Amino acid sequence: MADLDVPPQVPQSKTRDLDKLLLRHGNLVDPGFFPGPDLRDDIRDYVRILVVGAGGLGCELLKDLALSGFRNLDVIDMDRIEVTNLNRQFLFRLEDVGKPKAEVAAKRVMERVSGVEIVPHFSRIEDKEIEFYSDFNIIALGLDSIEARKYINGVACGFLEYNEDDTPKRETIKPMVDGGTEGFKGHARVILPGVTPCFECTIYLFPPQVKFPLCTLAETPRNAAHCIEYAHLIQWEAVHHGKTFDPDEPEHMKWVYDEAIRRAELFGIPGVTYSLTQGVVKNIIPAIASTNAIISAACALETLKIVSACSKTLVNYLTYNGGEGLYTEVTKFERDTDCLVCGPGILIELDTSVTLSKFIEMLEDHPKLLLSKASVKHGENTLYMQAPPVLEEFHRPKLSKPLYDLMGRVQKDTIHVFGTALKNNEKESCSTKVRVVFKGADGVTDMDTAIGA
Amino acid sequence: MAEPKTKYDRQLRIWGELGQSALENASICLLNCGPTGSEALKNLVLGGIGSITIVDGSKVEIGDLGNNFMVDAKSVGQSKAKTVCGFLQEINDAVKANFVEENPDTLISTDPSFFSQFTLVIATQLVEDSMVKLDRICREANVMLVLARSYGLTGFVRICVKEHTAIESKPDHSLDDLRLNNPWPELKRYVESIDLNVEEPAAHKHIPYVVILVKVAEEWAQTHSSNLPSTREEKNEFKDLVKSKMASTDEDNYKEAIVAAFKVFAPRGISQEIQDIIHDSCAEVGSNSSDFWVMVAALKEFISNEGGGEPPLEGSMPDMISSTEHYINLQKIYHSKAEADFLSMEQRVKSILVKVGQDPSSIPKSTIKSFCKNARKLKVCRYQTIEDEFRNPVATELHKYLADEDYSSAIGFYILLRAVDRFAATYKKFPGQFDGSTDDDASQLKTIALSLLSEMGCDGYVLKEELYSEMCRFGAAEIHVVAAFIGGVASQEVIKLITKQFVPMLGTFIFNGIDHKSQSLKL
Repeated sequence: MADLDVPPQVPQSKTRDLDKLLLRHGNLVDPGFFPGPDLRDDIRDYVRILVVGAGGLGCELLKDLALSGFRNLDVIDMDRIEVTNLNRQFLFRLEDVGKPKAEVAAKRVMERVSGVEIVPHFSRIEDKEIEFYSDFNIIALGLDSIEARKYINGVACGFLEYNEDDTPKRETIKPMVDGGTEGFKGHARVILPGVTPCFECTIYLFPPQVKFPLCTLAETPRNAAHCIEYAHLIQWEAVHHGKTFDPDEPEHMKWVYDEAIRRAELFGIPGVTYSLTQGVVKNIIPAIASTNAIISAACALETLKIVSACSKTLVNYLTYNGGEGLYTEVTKFERDTDCLVCGPGILIELDTSVTLSKFIEMLEDHPKLLLSKASVKHGENTLYMQAPPVLEEFHRPKLSKPLYDLMGRVQKDTIHVFGTALKNNEKESCSTKVRVVFKGADGVTDMDTAIGA
Repeated sequence: MAEPKTKYDRQLRIWGELGQSALENASICLLNCGPTGSEALKNLVLGGIGSITIVDGSKVEIGDLGNNFMVDAKSVGQSKAKTVCGFLQEINDAVKANFVEENPDTLISTDPSFFSQFTLVIATQLVEDSMVKLDRICREANVMLVLARSYGLTGFVRICVKEHTAIESKPDHSLDDLRLNNPWPELKRYVESIDLNVEEPAAHKHIPYVVILVKVAEEWAQTHSSNLPSTREEKNEFKDLVKSKMASTDEDNYKEAIVAAFKVFAPRGISQEIQDIIHDSCAEVGSNSSDFWVMVAALKEFISNEGGGEPPLEGSMPDMISSTEHYINLQKIYHSKAEADFLSMEQRVKSILVKVGQDPSSIPKSTIKSFCKNARKLKVCRYQTIEDEFRNPVATELHKYLADEDYSSAIGFYILLRAVDRFAATYKKFPGQFDGSTDDDASQLKTIALSLLSEMGCDGYVLKEELYSEMCRFGAAEIHVVAAFIGGVASQEVIKLITKQFVPMLGTFIFNGIDHKSQSLKL
């Protein structure tokens, strides 16, 4: 930088650069931006962020958030460090291989950024209580699987409540920022449940997984991947009878590789290598440091904007493609207003006399639900459970009572129903929100007004 | 030490052993190791770059602790270059890490020959004057240069090299090279040996679409005076003709053939982009020509001779429904045609090398082979000098950006990123760098920006008013996440330049951290 006269009287602060964004007024900011030291200090002292995943994106996210004024971070990851992580997960060293990612990542960032508190959770995301997730202001996702994203999405959207006019209650919105990369490409997105589309609203954005038809594998293999998948999916079971294939067990991988080589030779197919065998069997997504850094930085910047309103927010999906030149695009995806996960729920109007068992029958016939064997929960209060038998028996007497009474005689409210639904002719377990409105119950809920008048 | 192959597995799957060894043989120089530079270098060190040399004359300040992960509280007061170098060495001991405690601007002015030892220079947070000088130095010395700058919620990345050529451009989507619109005799012969009317259902539904389409195209040509379908009606008719050959509705190979029918209608020969490359003046080769252009010269000869308008065959096939036997046989036919094309290309390359006085065996077989395989995807990227861009930007583009609402932030920040340097040259500080003077600074910045526009021949255009105050609000802050983004982009471009794989960005990438609507400006 050119020689510039820095007045010596200016005291140096760790937030020298960040203060420009958080302490100064701006006119390209979101509504609700109140710049000043209080904003900076509140972000530092009171905002809690959960980082899900301590891998390529997670390591970057922790560093980025720690250097963006956040001091209270948690990180959750069930994995241990592997050698193949070291080309991008910069918080890990060779001697860390085998240790839990979350713990090492938290420790390394705390060592370098003084004052930051990171609580690691070496755990599956599903093993945490739902309440665990409600403690955070924002959830930042650095994940590589659709299943994990769906799970967190379900949890975050589960906190969402709606006003009577179908607008989301602001204080129940649990924002998520999400990143994903593959090679030179990636995406970053902001999800404000009830405001912007959730994962389920835009589930079509995830490409379908490549699966080979079994008859191709068994009868007409044409390339190396077909030979590998035959060894992996068909031969392993045929030879090992019930012993589970473990992709992290080198002996197992070697066996699949040898079998694939043999099969390839039999059919005159070239190209089976050990590296390809691992790639096909483990469905390895190639990953590099630079793309993870870019995408995580975008996610962390959006996190800072969501809490501070110090600039406009990404609306709502950023695509980055660095393969052919450099191409970025922002797309405004639309919510699916019928989304069963983030929507207000399916509206069902009932007479106050309808019993719980009648209601469960109605769920089965409802064209949008087709939900059989439903269990029903009203807030924390379980109304009915199909299983286990002892609980079923416990709840059974309620079946003949009016739902209106069981729900505390409110005119309308949201309940959760769980059961099996028929989707594309296949039974799937399904959890859905239902908004129940009781016809002719206005007089009761309008009691306050009546008294006031 | 872990088996390096395992450590780099996830990236070897992207750029292979050749790309990796190019990285391991590269030496990178970084100018200024603030967060933008440190983050760019970190991504390269993780990937196993050969060596790094960090040039920075400053000491670690308390303010740096809030935006740079590579420095920590212990290092306050110490050399920033040394501190960052130490951390980077820690994350990958296979990299040779060096540092020079010197101000980059001074080095650019006093020791230009310093830069010639490197493969590539990443210059971060330089002001205009130094960028212009460094670009000149690096071009002279044939050293690649990537410029990067973070400035509040904006910033830019720009590549400065005379010319970059890529054989393995690895596009996301490229049409496979099946020649269904122009089959050669061996392929035709194989297709003729197969009977589409085979009785046995299992055999019928395992005829690959290559065979089906070449056969139906042949049949079509016979009744259409040797032409292939060209109008929409003809194309639909052709697809119906394919459909009529189905023995039952569940034959997936025929469904694939209908979907792939467009490959029969695709124009023969080479794309405009490849036309431009073979007619480029560099394709008139001489004793100083690079391997790439020698091979382009050979390609040009090949296309107009044995290629009959087509480049060498790629030689690979996508997966398709087929019996193993048909598929393997077809693969062999494609492969041997590719091999034959390669051999004639190799002969042409050798005789051209002799003709221009270069060693006829100087280009490895494997390189020529890769060139043949990728002949339809070659890329040439050129970058004009920073000096020319600043003095004579492409007027048509400039006016287009200034008039287009979609580009208003990008062109605004582009102009303002230059204006702040002029501001700093005059006032010895960046606009809004210190608290208390931002309003005055904004109006002075506006004056400078408007005079810059006027110099560029763009009188009458204005920038969005709110950008002036926003730029002053930024006050030259280097925000960590912005630096991580811009440094990340810079390192990704460096990888493409060094591995000569994929396609580097063109123009100047202007980062927009406000709404993420970043743009590349081709000035």
